[in-house]
Amino acid sequence: MKILDKEILTIGSKPQIIKMVLLAPDIAKKALPGQFIVIMTHEEGERVPLTVVNKDINAGTIQIIVQEAGFTTKLLSKLNIGDSLYAIVGPLGHATEIKKYGKVILIGGGVGIAEIYPVTKALKQANNEITTIIGARTKNALILEEELKSVTDNFFVATDDGSYGIKGFTTNILKDLLTKDKYDLAYAVGPIPMMRIACSVTKPFNVKTIVSLNSLMVDVTGMCGCCRVTVDGKSRFTCIDGPDFDGHLVDWDMLEKRNNVYTKQEKHLCNLHKL
Amino acid sequence: MKKDAIQAKELNSSIRRKYFDEVVLGYNEEEALIEASRCLQCKNPLCINGCPVGIDIKKFIYYISQKKYDEAYYTIREKNNFASICGRVCPAEYQCRKACILTKKGLPFASPQSINIHFLERFIGDHGIKENLEPPLKKDEFLSQFKVAIVGSGPAGLCCAGELARYGINVVIYEALHKLGGVLRYGIPPFRIPRNILDIEINYLKKLGVKFVPNFIIGRTKTIEELFNEGFSAIFLGLGAGVPSFLGIQGENLCNVYSANEFLTRVNLMSSYKFPEYHTPVNVGEHMIVIGGGNTAMDAARVALRLQEMNGIKPNTTIVYRRTEVEMPARRLEIEHAKEEGIKFKLLAQPNEFIGDEQGFVRKLFCYECELGEPDASGRRRPIPMKDKKIEFNCDVAIIAIGLGANQVLTSVTPDLKTDKWGDIVVSSDSMETSIKGVFAGGDIVGGEGTVIEAMGMAKKASKSIINFLKNSK
Repeated sequence: MKILDKEILTIGSKPQIIKMVLLAPDIAKKALPGQFIVIMTHEEGERVPLTVVNKDINAGTIQIIVQEAGFTTKLLSKLNIGDSLYAIVGPLGHATEIKKYGKVILIGGGVGIAEIYPVTKALKQANNEITTIIGARTKNALILEEELKSVTDNFFVATDDGSYGIKGFTTNILKDLLTKDKYDLAYAVGPIPMMRIACSVTKPFNVKTIVSLNSLMVDVTGMCGCCRVTVDGKSRFTCIDGPDFDGHLVDWDMLEKRNNVYTKQEKHLCNLHKL
Repeated sequence: MKKDAIQAKELNSSIRRKYFDEVVLGYNEEEALIEASRCLQCKNPLCINGCPVGIDIKKFIYYISQKKYDEAYYTIREKNNFASICGRVCPAEYQCRKACILTKKGLPFASPQSINIHFLERFIGDHGIKENLEPPLKKDEFLSQFKVAIVGSGPAGLCCAGELARYGINVVIYEALHKLGGVLRYGIPPFRIPRNILDIEINYLKKLGVKFVPNFIIGRTKTIEELFNEGFSAIFLGLGAGVPSFLGIQGENLCNVYSANEFLTRVNLMSSYKFPEYHTPVNVGEHMIVIGGGNTAMDAARVALRLQEMNGIKPNTTIVYRRTEVEMPARRLEIEHAKEEGIKFKLLAQPNEFIGDEQGFVRKLFCYECELGEPDASGRRRPIPMKDKKIEFNCDVAIIAIGLGANQVLTSVTPDLKTDKWGDIVVSSDSMETSIKGVFAGGDIVGGEGTVIEAMGMAKKASKSIINFLKNSK
């Protein structure tokens, strides 16, 4: 549970995105693309799910990439090399189904870029033709560009402010590409509004679109139901049924609302700890 | 002359509902002696048959009456490892006390005149803890060479571990959560089992040499096969009843609609009643509604009421149940406690729809009034909703406590492990062995939701089979 390495990926841009390498040999052995872990920074802490971005079985390590979004991620980013987390458990959730689909288009927004990386790599190894679109607010907030490029056939970057790549949103590029060519699968991870728009873009083109959801969680073994989402009219648990779901069937409205249940408490904690 | 039953002292209801301190204070020595003296010491004691693990109740009560408390403790320990816990949470009025000769025949649960066996058990259990009493170990050189893995640190896992460790068997308990105790920790609130009692029982196992590995999910972090490959000779699965049932009605996924498991886990395991010192929040409303009639519903309601008090909100918590109080599966004592604390009961009401506001938070609950029809499969009279009689409740936090299904995290990745149509693990009833050789199971993952003592009963049985299995394995 020790932090072996830490690197700030977004110099000069807030909120910061941080990469950490954690010692977790049992999890490293098992983690597959699309799976996540739950961490607690302290005994008093929350249980927070984070995607396993990379792993090194020989070194017994896993890599996580975290954006300082809420209280716990801010707390986590304050920890340093040599510190230990109070708890790590995993790997959790179903792995993304990796096989040869044909032409796959992957869309990553913000810290979601980190989450599409392991899936992109695996899909590339499975001989798919890979198109990747990544986007961020501004150039300095962009992460993993080189890593993704190295496993991508066709690569696109968008920034909201036009400071790098194409000015605009990943979903604009997505629409252009779908208009010009046929794709067999789309995979989108990012802020809820991005995933939601990505799904509404792919739907008229009938491209199956997998999304990886970031519901709030507590126990992560299906025991509490905190992470439930409505998919195709049915209640599903993100922790044991997901995190990947068919984005065309997700009730985005509900997910967005449920993810904001504790904003007040979150603010209170941040103020209290001056974070 | 017939003496009246001695009631255990309790914290005053108007004070206790402001804290999570233990409500029932238990007997002092004098009270225990009087209660023990009421026992008729029947020639054919019926109470023992009422105990799921067959504690020699007659004998331990006799020892109390002779002030031989150590002997009383060892008598209980022959059958039950956790007297302090069971004395606090056993639904004795459905078990030993209902079987007691002093209970009038034909009642749905024990008469008030029956012996308060649970209070006596608790008195003795706490005596054992205070005096550091431990039954003699049965160290066995042959058995000491074996390693046994236990999955889950709830009542079943803890009990099985204790039984095996006494023989010198090397026991490792794997627990998915970061704290130990399973439902005793995340489910049952501190005002029913104080955390120090739980910690003492777990520490005792550590002293016996049991190793605990938290944050470890068998089925995810490691498989059963890998455990065998690592040199474990047998495995016991005490996975618990995992997945909360929901009502399947409109609006159930609105914000602030919790499963009782989530609500209680936030409060009991994550200590959200100590927010912001602890970081996990829980929402507290002005109109809190708990749906269900079991112990979990009572626990959730009493937690909700305490949170209202602690947050300066006028206590207003209602239990909504579709049958009547007689059919409620909860312990009678907890129903009484809930009432004393000011929890309202809306009986014969079946939830039909939650209504939310624009932000997606629950605001109202609509129910149908019910009448009772013929008994159903459970033997209880079936509620029949009357569609023309709608009831409306203000509701800004709802907690659904209508039961649990099987947790399939492990079974879904272990195809050789046979399960029934509910997803529960199938075992041979005399050995508790599963369809995989050397893998045993007990507790709620076998046969669905039960009590702490039933889980321990199964675990005890499994531990005997495991010992036999080990003896025949080399």
